[in-house]
Amino acid sequence: MLRSTVSKSSDSEVDLLDDRDFVQLIDADGIRHPSPTIDQWVADVSDAQLADLYEDMVVVRRIDVEATALQRQGELGLWPPLLGQEASQIGSARALRDDDFIMPSYRENGVAYCRGVALDDLVRVWRGHAHGSWDPSEFRMAIPAVIIGAQTLHAVGYGVGILRDGADSAVITYFGDGATSQGDTNEAMIFAATYQAPVVFFCQNNHWAISEPVGLQATRHISERAPGFGIPSMRVDGNDVLAVMAATRIALDRAHNGGGPTYIEAVTYRMGPHTTSDDPTRYRDADELAEWKAKDPISRLEKYFESKDLLTDELKARVKAKADSVAAEFRAGCIGMEEPTIMSVFDHVTIEIDPVLERQRSQYAAYLANFEGGE
Amino acid sequence: MATATAATADTTAPAPTTGTATLTLAKSITAGLRRAMQDDEKVILLGEDIGKLGGVFRVTDGLQAEFGTDRVMDTPLAESGIIGMAVGLAMRGYRPVAEIQFDGFIYPGFDQIVAQVAKLHYRSRGAVRMPITIRVPFGGGIGSVEHHSESPEAYFAHTAGLRVVSCSNPQDAYGMLQQAIASDDPVMFFEPKRRYWSKGEVDFGAADVLPLGRARVVSTGSDVTLVAYGPLVATAKDAVSAAADDGVSIELIDLRSISPIDFEAIEASVRKTGRLVVTHEAAQSVGIGAEVAASITERCFNWLEAAPERVTGFDTPYPPAALEEHFLPDLDRLLDAVDRVLGRPNSLSDWEG
Repeated sequence: MLRSTVSKSSDSEVDLLDDRDFVQLIDADGIRHPSPTIDQWVADVSDAQLADLYEDMVVVRRIDVEATALQRQGELGLWPPLLGQEASQIGSARALRDDDFIMPSYRENGVAYCRGVALDDLVRVWRGHAHGSWDPSEFRMAIPAVIIGAQTLHAVGYGVGILRDGADSAVITYFGDGATSQGDTNEAMIFAATYQAPVVFFCQNNHWAISEPVGLQATRHISERAPGFGIPSMRVDGNDVLAVMAATRIALDRAHNGGGPTYIEAVTYRMGPHTTSDDPTRYRDADELAEWKAKDPISRLEKYFESKDLLTDELKARVKAKADSVAAEFRAGCIGMEEPTIMSVFDHVTIEIDPVLERQRSQYAAYLANFEGGE
Repeated sequence: MATATAATADTTAPAPTTGTATLTLAKSITAGLRRAMQDDEKVILLGEDIGKLGGVFRVTDGLQAEFGTDRVMDTPLAESGIIGMAVGLAMRGYRPVAEIQFDGFIYPGFDQIVAQVAKLHYRSRGAVRMPITIRVPFGGGIGSVEHHSESPEAYFAHTAGLRVVSCSNPQDAYGMLQQAIASDDPVMFFEPKRRYWSKGEVDFGAADVLPLGRARVVSTGSDVTLVAYGPLVATAKDAVSAAADDGVSIELIDLRSISPIDFEAIEASVRKTGRLVVTHEAAQSVGIGAEVAASITERCFNWLEAAPERVTGFDTPYPPAALEEHFLPDLDRLLDAVDRVLGRPNSLSDWEG
């Protein structure tokens, strides 16, 4: 059932920005292309469900834009925008079963939204209040991993644990094109293949690792690597929410049924900066951005709905109301967030009491007590 | 059928919980692993060559045959992969015990240890636990090639979130390993590889086991406090005997826990002796000895009769085997340092630097 990656062995120059060799169900103009092999995986997705995915993407983009604004207003120290990657995140996250576990990088705020993470917990890290916001066991989603690619190995370990438990759930791990150069990511593929761990490797190829174009990480399609590790691979239009959902379902189906790991390269584009501290005008052309704007994941779905007379005033009003209310709650949650207490800097280093650290805690408390109003 | 049952019974005979046996340090670790695996089915071993071969030092000998390939996992040759996989297993509720084949092989796994294993509990504000034990045969004195004789413990002691321990004798190896595995904190368990073949009595049912974080006073004394851990405890014991012959009374403390350090035990001793010597194989600068000397100076300044002395490896890479006897602290260098803190004639009496 898997589409194998297109062989390019006779072709010495592979254009990595070429978007031909991938699974696509809805193109940039909103035209639905039937696929005899892929359609069955999303046959149950009604137009109403597609409208829900559309709503998710609009809401997540609104959160993302709001977060960037909050950073500009001094309310956040930093924010890693996912602008342009909504279809990759929503399409994959909405394909997951509730008991599937997620090992994300730090940009998967759209995925976290789908998992029901509280809105203020999406920015607690970026406001500088904590290094991690939520309890992974509650949301079946680990907290963001900032070290590039480290989480891919955690996914394999978790997956091996699933096998040992005799469970049939899966793990999906998110990472970018930059992470594919990391040793950890490659080791994770080796270990996953060795133990046939139920892991979905979900690479969002957003074409940029800060200032480095994907061509610096890979001279061939990233998806071509996985088969060499013994892992079936797919390349999918990452701006096509339906195709992403189909690909993720295929990979999950394999994982849930003892089929081992699968690799997905979702070809998408980071329309914003790497983070709010970054300035992409220093390293990429405006033309490239314009080219990808034309392939926007949200506007293509609007075109699809328009072509079917489904983009009704009612739908538009519903989605706008949801985005407005989420944005307001998100902003209020961010600004109203309670500051961490001073002495909590010493908390949760170890579980067993460390007398050396307790001495430092006690001494710092004494130091603070020297000041009027100190703790 | 009966034969099969008997075979099963043979291989799953419970690890002893009472009685004593004379074991090598390596075999006492095997016994500790076996007991921990029988006590808790969430304990999983992973590492290179630990299965059929039983590890290059045979520490896991027989465990795969007894517990199966899914509890004693041979892994691909990638230390970061081993540690990273242990992190995922821990997140799934397992209690992984990872073996790093040799001290000098740990660096590819350094990032996962320092940035993930050590930090996930803090990062998650207590929500995630990392009950991982990382076993590392460490130290020199076995005449081996480069990367097989190092003492990297200070790197890990410098990292918040890790407990770092080292055993020096079979009884502690057996007990401390089980404590490390049972701990909900990640523990770096440094095994003194040149003492793997030292024998000692192991009491499987030992009551009143010292907590993992506590140092042990190996022998009491009144003139000098000597602090050692891991492979040098045996050397330090020889120094205690030799000094006693010379009328000098040394109190020997086996640190056992390198992070956190049991300063209360050292403080109590130094307040009695007024003199401190610390020894380790690892290089001197920014090492465990520096931390012990500085902290004890802060805490016991008014009791000290002399500046603390360190007897350590040099600030060089670990040398070729033909030179290692000069690098490794030995009996005479320890006694020389004891002379220094006592103000007796010593190798540096006429040294002008």
